[in-house]
Amino acid sequence: MPVDLVDPFANEAEETARPMRDLIRSYFRSPIGTFGLVLMVLIVLAAVFAPFLSFQNPYDLLQLDILDGQLKPGETSAAYGYPYMLGTDDQGRDMFSAILYGLRISLGVGILSATTAALIGATLGLVAAYHGGRLESIIMRLVDFQLSFPTILVALMILAVMGKGIGNVILALVLVEWATFARTARGVGLVESRKDYIEASHVLGVPSWRILLRHLLPNCIPPLIVIATVQVARAISLEATLSFLGVGVPITEPSLGLLISNGYQYMFSGMYWMSVFPGLALLVTIVAINLVGDRLRDVLNPRKDT
Amino acid sequence: MFASILQRVGQAVFVMFCMTIVVFIGMNLIGNPIDLLISPNATPVERQRLIAEFGLDQAIWVQYWRFLVGLAHLDLGVSYIFNEPALRVILQRFPATMELALMATFLSVLIGVPLGLYAGLRPYSPVSRLIMTSSILGFSLPTFWVGMMFILLFSVQLGWLPSSGRGETVTVFGMQWSFLTLDGLSHLLLPALNLALFKASLILRLTRAGVAEVLPQDYVRLAHAKGLSARRVVYVHVLKNVMIPVVTVVGLEFGSVIAFSVVTETIFAWPGMGKLIIDSINNLDRPIIVAYLMIIVLLFVTINLVVDILYTVLDPRVQFSKTGKR
Repeated sequence: MPVDLVDPFANEAEETARPMRDLIRSYFRSPIGTFGLVLMVLIVLAAVFAPFLSFQNPYDLLQLDILDGQLKPGETSAAYGYPYMLGTDDQGRDMFSAILYGLRISLGVGILSATTAALIGATLGLVAAYHGGRLESIIMRLVDFQLSFPTILVALMILAVMGKGIGNVILALVLVEWATFARTARGVGLVESRKDYIEASHVLGVPSWRILLRHLLPNCIPPLIVIATVQVARAISLEATLSFLGVGVPITEPSLGLLISNGYQYMFSGMYWMSVFPGLALLVTIVAINLVGDRLRDVLNPRKDT
Repeated sequence: MFASILQRVGQAVFVMFCMTIVVFIGMNLIGNPIDLLISPNATPVERQRLIAEFGLDQAIWVQYWRFLVGLAHLDLGVSYIFNEPALRVILQRFPATMELALMATFLSVLIGVPLGLYAGLRPYSPVSRLIMTSSILGFSLPTFWVGMMFILLFSVQLGWLPSSGRGETVTVFGMQWSFLTLDGLSHLLLPALNLALFKASLILRLTRAGVAEVLPQDYVRLAHAKGLSARRVVYVHVLKNVMIPVVTVVGLEFGSVIAFSVVTETIFAWPGMGKLIIDSINNLDRPIIVAYLMIIVLLFVTINLVVDILYTVLDPRVQFSKTGKR
């Protein structure tokens, strides 16, 4: 966070906050939190460098050999000579490669939708907290309305109306998630906007937008980061559910959920690997992100020292 | 108070009206149902006849008006796939969903309350820690994933319980129920458990928090001081007070159980409303989708309305018209 030297009040707020180094050090004090973070970083790296880590591009049909279809984990490819560590699907696609590429889509959709929702939600929440009055009541009424519907139902409604596709899934997830951010941002914003430094900025004649962006927003960031982390995991989980149901991402861009769904029919004939391994990848991803979120909550909220 | 209730009802009606517009316009943006329904080999005359029969050749506002008039007559169109009134097709599947949701709610209380009570009474025991950690898993694991694992473990590997369908049913009051036969019950158990896990975690945490809050209170200490047995204090004095928020949440979350049954029904091929809507989305069976969305929106708007009104009646401090003003 840059220190605003022109404004003495911002400076003062900066001094009372705990220094970044302390926060990082206290994060790593928890072995579970550290484990979650390491796992999460590994997963993200695996997704980013998927083309370098996998034997084949699972969606380049020229690289698939139908003769290698439905191979058990560990069996060797007849065509290429390398072992399929996690087996192959019905079209001879290496499951390991497919999972790495699926992770890219799952993580991409999760992160993109959560950040978009965070931007929209936080803006609306802070404006509501700062502005008050009729605007606040309209925004918060919308938030309540949104939160009174279960997430899966809202997403299903949007996808039923708009049809499937990555763009529509992201839109659905943003619509599901923005309200959580708005509620948190308003709650924190209400507390902050009553503090002296905001009052002082008013007196100094700082324009509203500047107070919102430079003073209110930076001080509301910590709880929003915690929510955002957990929401990424929820978005990934919901996207996987929708894709599993066949209303999410299209078959050409399979996320983990769609991989699980594709392999599901083979599970009854004992070919468990086609959906169990993508399922485990999904599970580990969600748990890792949740562990990080839990730890961040403890670190960023000093009152809860347990 | 009466005015604020009236205002609330007005808002609910307005929301329903908005939903009809959103749903209707949205449904007309999805791919052309004609291409799905009529084989490419059909003659142009046949094609025209079918388009006219479904009313797909009218202007969009004419179609919307017909839709609204139909709604008023509880006529939501005829399913393209089943060739039966959409509303009837959905209502036929309603008991199956209801049975699943009720059983899941029952199981979630059966699992959540005792475990939450234990964790609340012995907060530092390793078993309690295990319970609390498991409840985090119950929150974060996707329902479909757990359902899949249930099938893999109990149906495919162990072969204990069936993985799909409703099994043998008994007809009571003109509706079919699975829970009255042993076969039906064995079909119901896995999907209900699957659907229950998320709510069980929620109830578990609520119960534990409630116990932790109630235990140090004076009336509990008084009950102990009176010489009542520990069993009686826990089961009568503590549990009774803990159950109030639990019952509220169980009621509020019932709609959400019905919503999430979409996932469970699809995995376990449970022939309810949820499976129907997923199949209909994939078949672009518009009348069913529209009817389902209208029914489910009506359900939730009603639940929210009832809760709001109950709060107004029970707590006079709540005044809806004044929120947001300072």
